[in-house]
Amino acid sequence: MAMTLAEKVFKAHLRDEPFPGTKVLDIDVVMCHEITTPVAINDLVERGMDRVFDPRKIKVVIDHVTPAKDTKTALQGKIVRDWARRHSIPDFFDIGRNGVCHAIFPEKGFIRPGYTVIMGDSHTCTHGAFGAFAAGVGTTDLEVGMLKGVCAFREPKTIRVNINGTVPEGVYAKDIILRIIKELTVKGATDCVVEFQGNVVKKMSMESRMTLCNMVIEAGGTSGVCMPDKVTVNYLWPFISSEYADKKAAVADFKKWWSDKGCAYVKVLEIDVTNMEPQVTFGYKPDEVQNVTELAGTRVDQVYIGSCTNGRLEDLKVAAAYIKGRTISPMVRGIVSPATPKIFREADKLGLIKIFMDAGFCVTNPTCGACLGMSNGVIAPGEVCASTTNRNFNGRMGKGGMVHLMSPAVAAVTALEGVITDPRKYGKGGAA
Amino acid sequence: MKKFGGKVLFLDRSDINTDEIIPAKYLTEISKEALKPHMLEDLKLEGFYPNSPEVKDSSVIVSRGNFGCGSSREHAPWVFEVNDINVVVAPSYARIFRQNMFNCGMLAIELSEADITSLFEHKVAGAVIDIDFAKKQLTISSGKGSRTFDYQISEFDRALVEAEGWVGFADAKY
Ligand code: SF4
Repeated sequence: MAMTLAEKVFKAHLRDEPFPGTKVLDIDVVMCHEITTPVAINDLVERGMDRVFDPRKIKVVIDHVTPAKDTKTALQGKIVRDWARRHSIPDFFDIGRNGVCHAIFPEKGFIRPGYTVIMGDSHTCTHGAFGAFAAGVGTTDLEVGMLKGVCAFREPKTIRVNINGTVPEGVYAKDIILRIIKELTVKGATDCVVEFQGNVVKKMSMESRMTLCNMVIEAGGTSGVCMPDKVTVNYLWPFISSEYADKKAAVADFKKWWSDKGCAYVKVLEIDVTNMEPQVTFGYKPDEVQNVTELAGTRVDQVYIGSCTNGRLEDLKVAAAYIKGRTISPMVRGIVSPATPKIFREADKLGLIKIFMDAGFCVTNPTCGACLGMSNGVIAPGEVCASTTNRNFNGRMGKGGMVHLMSPAVAAVTALEGVITDPRKYGKGGAA
Repeated sequence: MKKFGGKVLFLDRSDINTDEIIPAKYLTEISKEALKPHMLEDLKLEGFYPNSPEVKDSSVIVSRGNFGCGSSREHAPWVFEVNDINVVVAPSYARIFRQNMFNCGMLAIELSEADITSLFEHKVAGAVIDIDFAKKQLTISSGKGSRTFDYQISEFDRALVEAEGWVGFADAKY
């Protein structure tokens, strides 16, 4: 029978079907951060079940508030740190080596095609970019994952999104996913996996594919998914080279996960990007999306470039191309947060950190920080933030604040002008 | 099993997200009890005042579509739980929120849009909802009379409620 990628992953990991329609899967990677894990740890301790199913399959990072900002966040870090040490979890990333979870875990080669991945974080869908089934879960699912290495799901349906056409100048993966969320609406993909196909996706870097998959949850989706191909193999090669004779063999092997011809989709969406404009959100919901020209001129107080959506090297390169040799508006506070130490180092090597600092940006350590309004750039009531993150909910980056979601390109030129600006005005990355 | 039913809090808006249910700044708490005063603190809704006696007395939430979207934080069901709200009734949920509710042994009941609209007709008159878990029935009573609705619940969700959550269920089985 023809199967989707998600169905194949489910089949390969099925541990039990306790009731019709409920699939209990073996989980390959259980990822933890310091916000949603401490309650799970404390609960296991209280129940006298302070164990983990397999320390090598658990990956832990302190990323949301780091360095700790107060006693409470210090305690959250401590609970996770002590637990990781107690159970000899080898892949634990503490300050100095830590970065935003959905950026650092792929970078370490932890995610492979066909894997099942869970984390107590809604943007876990990001990792589907590798052809994995990766789902955000709550603390209880996480707790059971840590203890037993299983998680229960309903059999997922798949929505296929074909992205075709020629990507115009000034348009990036972020614009494309914002447009897709607008079409699907905030609940259009609930209980579904969203599979990205088409010639545009084929040519995309892993970073761009992660940006696409990252925001699937904003349409209610369980996991984003891309077919694992040459691009995936090239990205993972340092980690898998001992497992395959050559890259060709790896590409051939990964193909077994691809959705079969004739598999069942609940919906197929066609997106032609050829005439697309850069996209920006305007309300408190991520499906409230407009062309940048309609929002151009909107005043902003802060520009934030970072997060698991757009804090990767590719994003910093795009933004820096517009910023280079220019200074940001004196009316704007600019913050750049490279998502991992590796990204930070590479950006530094390429001179990007200097470009940002010369322009007047504050460059922070890798952390979630301002993205969820917990630290490192919370905005005041009435303030507006132009942001490369993924959520524009009321109060998300600070109570009473407004967030406009956009690509690193739009964010960069918005910082220059102090108002939402169309990057196409600056030509090819502002080479002018 | 938890106690289900009681006074109703009507939240007449779709897409209520978990940031509105419990803002991120309280996620630094490591006890559920500490969340208690902050339930629905950032919810913008006409006529809704967090911490009003009406809100504090409620045991059931009736709301609109895509309830609990956004962040995966289980702090959302927890803040309801510590405020003695163990039931939400809505036409649809975000997947993670719905799962979190059942994983905590709480009820996220799905009714049709039409049935939800009928429930909202009781909004003006101090309504109470009773749940008959065995019969899979929900009865709303108010100054406007009373009406009973049948609801569907999957076998798995039912087992989770009976086991008072997923940890107990999974530990016994896996
Ligand atoms: S960067 Fe933002 S969206 Fe991503 S994991 Fe951190 S808080 Fe969540």
